[in-house]
Amino acid sequence: MLTIDNLHAEIDGKPILNGLSLTVQAGEVHAIMGPNGAGKSTLAYVLGGRPGYEVTQGSVTFAGQDLLALEPHERAAAGLFLGFQYPVEIPGVSNVQFLREALNAQRRSRGEEPLSGGEFLRLAREKAALLNLDMEMLKRHVNVGFSGGEKKRAEMVQMGILDPRFAILDETDSGLDIDALRVVGEGINAIMRAPAKGVLLITHYQRLLDYVRPDYVHILSGGRIVRSGGADLARRLEAEGYDAVMEQAA
Amino acid sequence: MSESVILPTRRDEAWRYSDTDAVAGMDLGRFDHWDDVDVPAGETVRRCVVIADAGEPSDTTELRRLRVRVADGGRCELFVVVSSGRLGRVEVVAMLGDGAHLELGGVTIGGRDTTREIVSRVAHEKPNGTSNQVVRAVHWGRGTGNFLGRIDVASGAQKTDAAQSFRGLILERGASVNAVPQLEIFADDVKCAHGATVGQLDEQARFYMAARGLPPEVARRLLVQAFVADAFVALDDADDRERLMRVVLGKLDRHL
Repeated sequence: MLTIDNLHAEIDGKPILNGLSLTVQAGEVHAIMGPNGAGKSTLAYVLGGRPGYEVTQGSVTFAGQDLLALEPHERAAAGLFLGFQYPVEIPGVSNVQFLREALNAQRRSRGEEPLSGGEFLRLAREKAALLNLDMEMLKRHVNVGFSGGEKKRAEMVQMGILDPRFAILDETDSGLDIDALRVVGEGINAIMRAPAKGVLLITHYQRLLDYVRPDYVHILSGGRIVRSGGADLARRLEAEGYDAVMEQAA
Repeated sequence: MSESVILPTRRDEAWRYSDTDAVAGMDLGRFDHWDDVDVPAGETVRRCVVIADAGEPSDTTELRRLRVRVADGGRCELFVVVSSGRLGRVEVVAMLGDGAHLELGGVTIGGRDTTREIVSRVAHEKPNGTSNQVVRAVHWGRGTGNFLGRIDVASGAQKTDAAQSFRGLILERGASVNAVPQLEIFADDVKCAHGATVGQLDEQARFYMAARGLPPEVARRLLVQAFVADAFVALDDADDRERLMRVVLGKLDRHL
């Protein structure tokens, strides 16, 4: 459902992605691991359409559409969700207002009826409970005053409410303690483990993969995928380190 | 008649960033007209002053001048939106008695070649007076927003607590926002706080909102709404608050 072919991208003229190719089929979870500076977050932002990230070569097809031709909000409406490594604070805008506007904008663009206030609150309450997040937090301004872990759980509540077809989760595990990690992992499974959905998990560590078991693991280095394997590859990385595993690849 | 009217120039401090050419085109019979707001001791008076388009955007000059006197222990609440006219200007001159309070919440908003401004002069003449001013400016096109806020604390006005907050938001290159906070303090046991910033919409917030599916114009509307809301926080009447917000967002929707 997501096909990335020979993707090259740069920031301020500096090449970061250098011929990245990857295909995720419906029903699959792929993990992308790699050292700092490998281009993991850049990949997430390029797929999300962040301004300033310029694609110089290659293509990305999502559910039969040319993803790169779509504006960021059109990508979201097409069913793409980008979970941020650093969720942004928006003072003055409540989570409830923000998410209801976002969900209804997506629904309208798909020709669906917008949800009423009551319907939306029921949905929000259900997803907040799934992620063990106090509903009161959703009445507060977006991410303002949230701890690192609360921000990450709030991201997953957003994902639950928006119910995307495909999620790119950029270091969703960072800043989480052991208990929160389990809650978030189970949340990802509940929301995204479905035959018609796909996930790209970007992570430094293997620990989230204990809860969200990937079908494939890829090592990103120098802006390209240098090695792919099954879930056991992540465990070997954890045990032996990137250098050792990548040397074997070379 | 208007023979005594001396038109302001930009050399006058209170008209420094104004469109003084636009003043010449207005009905000068009203130039020296002041609305008096007198608040009796211990009472509260609230006024909403809105300069808004009646239908099509107006290119006239709209000047509203308020002279506020708040007697001892009284409270005056002014909420102002300046959203119309080639030049739209609200002037507030307030004199506060012992323990009196002035609340001023204001928004200037506009694009094209317009100038929208709020000019305040708050005089703490007696002890124990308090004042709080919160002004927000949102401009685009070649629009200009100005806030000139002067606070005078007389030598006998001990225990005065005066606060002033101004923030400007420039939505497009070409627009401008000017802030002139001015504090004249002749008493030694007072609190006077002021802050002024000018900036653009937060690009990170815009991308974050887009990534959740909000089209750019919806994201911008939410961010502007959050930005100006500070000016109406102290407005206790939800209907009035909504009415003022509708004027502001209506301007944004029609002219972006």
